[in-house]
Amino acid sequence: MAMNTATTANPATSLEGEKPSGKKWRYNPHKVAHTLEKLGLGYFSPIARLIGRDEPAKQVRAIAQNTFLPLLAFAVLLLGWQVCANTVATDSQKIPSPAETWSAWQDMLAFSAAERAKEAAYYQSQGERVARFEAMALQAHEAGNTQRAQAIEKRMASESTKVYQGTTTFFDQIGISILTVLVGFILATLVAIPLGILCGLSPAVNTALNPLIQLLKPVSPLAWFPIVFVFTTWGIDQAPASSIWQRALFTSAGVVTLCSLWPTLANTAVGVAAIDKDHLNVAKALKLGWFKRLWKIVLPSSLPLIFTGLRVSIGVGWMVLVAADMMSQNQGLGKFVWDMYQNGDTASTAQIIIAVFFIGGIGFLLDRIMLVCQRLVTFEEQTV
Amino acid sequence: MAYFECIHLGKTYKTPTGNAVIVQDFNLTIEKGEFVCIIGHSGCGKSTVLSMVAGLNDISDGTVVLGEREINGAGPDRGVVFQAPCLLPWMTAFDNVMLGVDQVYYHATREERRQIANYYLAMVGLAGSMHKRPAELSGGMRQRVGLARAFALSPRMLLLDEPFGMLDKLTKFELQQVLLDLWNRERLTAMMVTHDVDEAIYLADRIIMMTNGPAAGIGDILSIKFERPRDRSEIMNTELYYEYRDHLIHFLEERASVRPALAG
Repeated sequence: MAMNTATTANPATSLEGEKPSGKKWRYNPHKVAHTLEKLGLGYFSPIARLIGRDEPAKQVRAIAQNTFLPLLAFAVLLLGWQVCANTVATDSQKIPSPAETWSAWQDMLAFSAAERAKEAAYYQSQGERVARFEAMALQAHEAGNTQRAQAIEKRMASESTKVYQGTTTFFDQIGISILTVLVGFILATLVAIPLGILCGLSPAVNTALNPLIQLLKPVSPLAWFPIVFVFTTWGIDQAPASSIWQRALFTSAGVVTLCSLWPTLANTAVGVAAIDKDHLNVAKALKLGWFKRLWKIVLPSSLPLIFTGLRVSIGVGWMVLVAADMMSQNQGLGKFVWDMYQNGDTASTAQIIIAVFFIGGIGFLLDRIMLVCQRLVTFEEQTV
Repeated sequence: MAYFECIHLGKTYKTPTGNAVIVQDFNLTIEKGEFVCIIGHSGCGKSTVLSMVAGLNDISDGTVVLGEREINGAGPDRGVVFQAPCLLPWMTAFDNVMLGVDQVYYHATREERRQIANYYLAMVGLAGSMHKRPAELSGGMRQRVGLARAFALSPRMLLLDEPFGMLDKLTKFELQQVLLDLWNRERLTAMMVTHDVDEAIYLADRIIMMTNGPAAGIGDILSIKFERPRDRSEIMNTELYYEYRDHLIHFLEERASVRPALAG
């Protein structure tokens, strides 16, 4: 019997044992499902298992449940929304219904497409103008009129550097928002991680900074804004209108930095301070230098907590951004919402609802990206 | 002067209710290339002695001399094998060994250092899995990495703190063999703490029996006269083996709690 079980060994287990070098790659539903779960795409893991025919009935049930229950919740939301649309109204506007919101979304898409077409048309005609100048310049050269040729080349150069000055579309504003939050988040990271390491390594630094941290952590972005505004006005030159690096962007990013650095700072400090004593003993026994100890032992062991902090930070940063954009008039989603609010009609409110979905969706996406990073740096703890 | 010497070594913790003396007046000399086991009941302070020698625990009284120099703090001239292997979980087995090799052979080229790490990992039987992380290794394999890490330092002295205490009996036998094979090649001066009588007889040239704490010290010393290299089943078939065994067990059961005049 024992021989029998050995020869008909489960193919899944024999795959795990050795590297599939030379062997044909085989679909391993467990591995794929595990990877998907690790990447925060747990929704798809039953599908991966189903493809591998691993307990199909169970997977179908899981897929149905994972799909049906959220859809049910969403339907309830739509219903409530429709009820509000029918009842909540002021003199000038009302809450737009889901249908009205959908048509506002179609309008936004159409507007954006039209704007893109206009831009493309502009650049096409610019190209044609430049080509004409080029031909003229060549002609003048051949005629031996160098002076005229130079004048034409000059005009050609100034023509080719012109950029299209169109209206900022919703999607441009999304891009600006993401850029702003990244600038603020990177700044926050550059401040928070070194400071957190210092706090974690030195109880004295921690004692010195802790009251300040506790004091500044709960401050609202709206309170930070005027202060950051003074700094950016003083320190950053007004960029030309064509540049995306507007002063307002830095003001918004600064507010994001000030609000989002605390979770990373606190987590880094805890992670560094809570390092396993066994690991420190290794460093001690090998007499590792300060830098090597930091780089090889302290940082890797606190990375999981640092990334937990970063994930919270980017969430806070994104939340703060909309408010900061409203105040700084940075061309992001916050400004979009503010402008639509100023319009004050139902169609604009519908566009605000669209913006709300996008703000939520992008926030969710950023969180997922950070979750993946967090899982990638989290080592499986030794189980001795 | 002996190669290694503990002179009036002691450990005292200050507590609000007075001093707690863990180890007192511990005197021991070890010759170069000698393998010494320290045996005693758990909590008697044998690990404290070892960690003081390793420099991981401050010395309260006395001194430790290694190779005509008094030790001062920890350092890679002593290769420590911990009870939990204490591997860094974010590094592969190879990188765990390299961490120490880089530290000791800083003057060697990178290729030479890689060869050293490779050699010792192969010696402990991990040639095929040296690029795995600790989480992918079994408990026994992890401790093999621990052994490779300590030997790869080419230390003046090897310090082993119940290195096989967490392993099952079969794995323990395998690893004792790995340790003895390595030791037979390099003949490092070794000090090992254990509470396993058979392990001590199989590995040691001399067995130091420690009395129970508080204020633990050396109760008795037993020389193990078996020829090296040793064969486990062969020595277990001798009457001498059981004499040693009885001696040790008798000490642990009857005499460990009595502090004899012998110490000091």
